[in-house]
Amino acid sequence: METVIDIQRLSKSFGSHEVLTDIHFSVNKGEVVCIIGSSGSGKSTLLRCVNLLEKPSGGKIIYNGENILDDKHDIHLYRRKLGMVFQQFNLFNNHNVLGNCVIGQMKVLKRSKEEAEQVALKYLKVVGMDRFVNAKPRQLSGGQKQRVAIARALSMEPDVLLFDEPTSALDPEMVGEVLKVMKELAGSGLTMLIVTHEMEFAKEVSDRVVFMDKGVIAEEGSPEQIFNHPTVDRTREFLKRTLQ
Amino acid sequence: MSLEWIIKIIEMYWPMFLRGAGVTLLIASVGTIFGALVGLLAGIIRTIPMPERGAKKALLKVINILLSIYIEFFRGTPMIVQAMVIFYGSAAAFGWDMDPIIAGIVIVSINTGAYMAEIVRGGIISVDQGQYEAAQAIGMNHIQTMLNVVMPQVIRNILPASGNHFIINIKDTAVLSVISITELFFQTKTVAGNNYRYFEAFFIVSIIYFVMTYAVTLILRYFERKLDGPDNYSMVGHKQNNETQVDLAK
Repeated sequence: METVIDIQRLSKSFGSHEVLTDIHFSVNKGEVVCIIGSSGSGKSTLLRCVNLLEKPSGGKIIYNGENILDDKHDIHLYRRKLGMVFQQFNLFNNHNVLGNCVIGQMKVLKRSKEEAEQVALKYLKVVGMDRFVNAKPRQLSGGQKQRVAIARALSMEPDVLLFDEPTSALDPEMVGEVLKVMKELAGSGLTMLIVTHEMEFAKEVSDRVVFMDKGVIAEEGSPEQIFNHPTVDRTREFLKRTLQ
Repeated sequence: MSLEWIIKIIEMYWPMFLRGAGVTLLIASVGTIFGALVGLLAGIIRTIPMPERGAKKALLKVINILLSIYIEFFRGTPMIVQAMVIFYGSAAAFGWDMDPIIAGIVIVSINTGAYMAEIVRGGIISVDQGQYEAAQAIGMNHIQTMLNVVMPQVIRNILPASGNHFIINIKDTAVLSVISITELFFQTKTVAGNNYRYFEAFFIVSIIYFVMTYAVTLILRYFERKLDGPDNYSMVGHKQNNETQVDLAK
């Protein structure tokens, strides 16, 4: 299996507080990996380290055979290969729905306006938001915003799509529409790395589940293995607390 | 009788009022625009994140200190005093015989810039951190992020405060009469003195000032609404029930 991102001995400290310790893990092409764990376990920080929104304190991130933490490496070139979907959506407030999906393609990928709009419409259709191209972010519900944010990330046609708790800021009745889109994407062969609190969802869509606790990967395996036969005590306790 | 005098003064002196109003608008608008540019630049520089070390950090620190001195000094002294110091100071120190209108524009620009620097800084700080992160996450560099995402929002954020400052400038150019600029207040003093009719002349000019500032208010409201776009949006196409085929495998 082809490895897309390989993380080796990654660590991250905020001041003297170490939030990630000696993280080893990789994402393979076409794989859906869910990272679970309680709040403060470092899972969001790990995801933000993967696309360098947080600068790792140590270790390596190997992408296409190169360590992108080398000073000489252009991080903007690397970032355009990774899509990111945020908990708070972070749609560009000064652009409408179409503009959100087009601006990155035009400015970063240097696509023409026509091509960018075509690509954007294709992915807005995938998330069911193609009829809202003229709407501004403030006119949309949370679930609609998040679906547009997914289309924006897809429009860049990334190698990997990262999700940072994409449903945590949503009203309960809107969680379903976003998870439905994500399930469709997972089924389509897209490589996805998802930080989530939605255990049922993780169980259903993941090829692999990573359980994090206190800044380390405590256990890693197939959903069947993690959810039904966890071997580590901390995993068992966490699942007991969250699955009842 | 006052009303007769008002009509008489308008009939006799309307070209002077008009010219005065023209000079006032010229100084206030050009001064506000230059001031806004100065403020934009100063505000952007003051929000550059401090580099961790090296010559860049030292340079940025020095520039920031100079900007602080500029902002605090020009916010902390009356414009009428600044006008005297700059106009007579430049004549005494460099022998410059500045055109009073140019001097007026310079003074208003410098003064407005000091206030606008703080307004812009506030506008930049108020843009959500998530907007920067989203722009960076799709691969934009710092300049692309600022141009395409952050600054358009900053401009929108600072528009009400800038309009406020434009209106203040229209009124405060009156103090520039101390350096003999023939703006509206200066002209009115002349008219009033010629006829010993102070109430009538200044009553007329109060109306002129109000018409100018209210017109500016209306124009700025129009721009704000234009920038915000329509409150409603139109849906495109028809609702489809068939599931779109997803095929993203590469």
